[in-house]
Amino acid sequence: MRAPDPVPLPPEPALAVQGLSVAYGGTPVLTDVSWQVPAGTLAAIIGPNGAGKSTFLKAVLGLIPSLCGEVRLFGRPLAEVRCRVAYLPQRASVDWDFPLTALEVAAQGRYPHVGWFRPLPRRERDRALAALAEVGLADLAHRRIGALSGGQQQRVFLARALALEAELMLMDEPFAGVDAASETAILAVLRRLAAAGRTVIAVHHDLATAPATFSEVLLLNRRVIAAGPMATTFTAEALAEAYGAPIPLAALA
Amino acid sequence: MLVDALTFNAGYNAAVVVLGTAAFGLAAGAVGAFVLLRGRALIADAAAHATLPGVAGAYLLAFTLGSDQRGLPALLAGAALTSALAVLAVHALTARGRLKDDAAMALALSVGFGLGMVLLSVVQALPTGSQAGLKGFILGQAAGMLARDAVLIALLAAAAGVLVALFFRPLSVLCFDPAFAATVGLPVRALDGALLSLMLAVAIIGLSAVGALMVVGLMVIPAATARLLANRLAVMVGLSALFGGASAWIGAAVSASQHGLPTGATIVLVASALFTLALLAAPERGVVAEAMRRAVAARRRKHAAAGQGCAMSISR
Repeated sequence: MRAPDPVPLPPEPALAVQGLSVAYGGTPVLTDVSWQVPAGTLAAIIGPNGAGKSTFLKAVLGLIPSLCGEVRLFGRPLAEVRCRVAYLPQRASVDWDFPLTALEVAAQGRYPHVGWFRPLPRRERDRALAALAEVGLADLAHRRIGALSGGQQQRVFLARALALEAELMLMDEPFAGVDAASETAILAVLRRLAAAGRTVIAVHHDLATAPATFSEVLLLNRRVIAAGPMATTFTAEALAEAYGAPIPLAALA
Repeated sequence: MLVDALTFNAGYNAAVVVLGTAAFGLAAGAVGAFVLLRGRALIADAAAHATLPGVAGAYLLAFTLGSDQRGLPALLAGAALTSALAVLAVHALTARGRLKDDAAMALALSVGFGLGMVLLSVVQALPTGSQAGLKGFILGQAAGMLARDAVLIALLAAAAGVLVALFFRPLSVLCFDPAFAATVGLPVRALDGALLSLMLAVAIIGLSAVGALMVVGLMVIPAATARLLANRLAVMVGLSALFGGASAWIGAAVSASQHGLPTGATIVLVASALFTLALLAAPERGVVAEAMRRAVAARRRKHAAAGQGCAMSISR
């Protein structure tokens, strides 16, 4: 009898975290966090303030040291796949009064591909422009970033991540403090990314919009409260446990 | 005589000194733009004050060894050593939250400056000490500089300018968004170290001309002036270099023509005059432009309110 044909291995998860713990100066912030995000999905990290959501992203990216645990991106350690991963920091983490234009920030996403020690070739500049167009900011490419609205600034960050052409994007509150126009534009980009097989993991605050936007969820409060597909994981019980208070289900409708 | 100094007609040595100081001002302005944007002005000031014990210490060492005590390279090497020690001390004191940044920097600044003043008074008491001109290292004394020292300063300044141009893109991403820089694989710690070293190098190069107390002013004030005027980073760095160079050129010429004016202090006053002009008259961010915008907005509001009043009276 012939051995059966090998079944094609399931694609590696975009993110696989096992037993991750992080502490700031002796105070534990995250304890034993494990989570897997399948490639090609939109995943949300949800939890109260101080739950360690941003810390989780930073630890995954190696921006802060972790006490223990293993992080694999596409089945590999971070160092091997750095160019396949993009990070959108919280908008408030940078000084928007910095003397840069929207195009110059978007173009920062092309430097890792072309090198840091020469001017950006025209073709690469056009790619940065295309990324800005994708978030609906083509007209504002030469505007100083300080003169943009909060939502537009968030979209500039998104354009920079798009310009990186990463397969996995880690976003820290991409919808925080954005107006309706920017929210719609960002949402459309996220859906296009997922349709193209890219993975987005975002810290998210709006419980009402989360189920319609994301298909995977991590409910976090210093440890994993619940993790898995949105439909089965995002329950009233799990939310109550994460926030330490019952969340009226009407708010989720 | 001032016109002669400005136009390099006050003799060969004076011309070279003014040119060398102006070249230094260009480099200080260019590096200063990144120092300002990365928020490193205070640590730069602490490091600059801490150069004084190095200068005096190198002189004393050379005196006891009986070698040439006025050699600029030896004095600057001493300055580099103690200012680097001051930066390391600040890092050690703030690690693990032992002391907050500002306290650690104030401590390094005053200890460095105090030790420098004590050692300088020891130097003054030596038979050759009062002619050594080390006092010029405090507030700057370009007039006492030798032509070959000015050439050395200009060459080092040119090297610093080339480094800024070469590292322009990595430095700009580092200053704007260090977290992003780290995630795309830029060596953030090494870049920060490089910027700090460049800043220290510039501070040390300019010591004899501009002085330990004033050298950071020549980095930060032109940068702050340029920031008021520029919307683009490249323009800001260029303007900052230009303002630094112009301030140093004018300041050095003025102090050369008026005997006894400390060069560094004069340069910093010229730089701050430029800053005041920009603060008042900058097209977007100036005080005048802002007041005009406010006045226009207030008039619009008043008109709008008057218009509403009309509409209401008609409807009634």
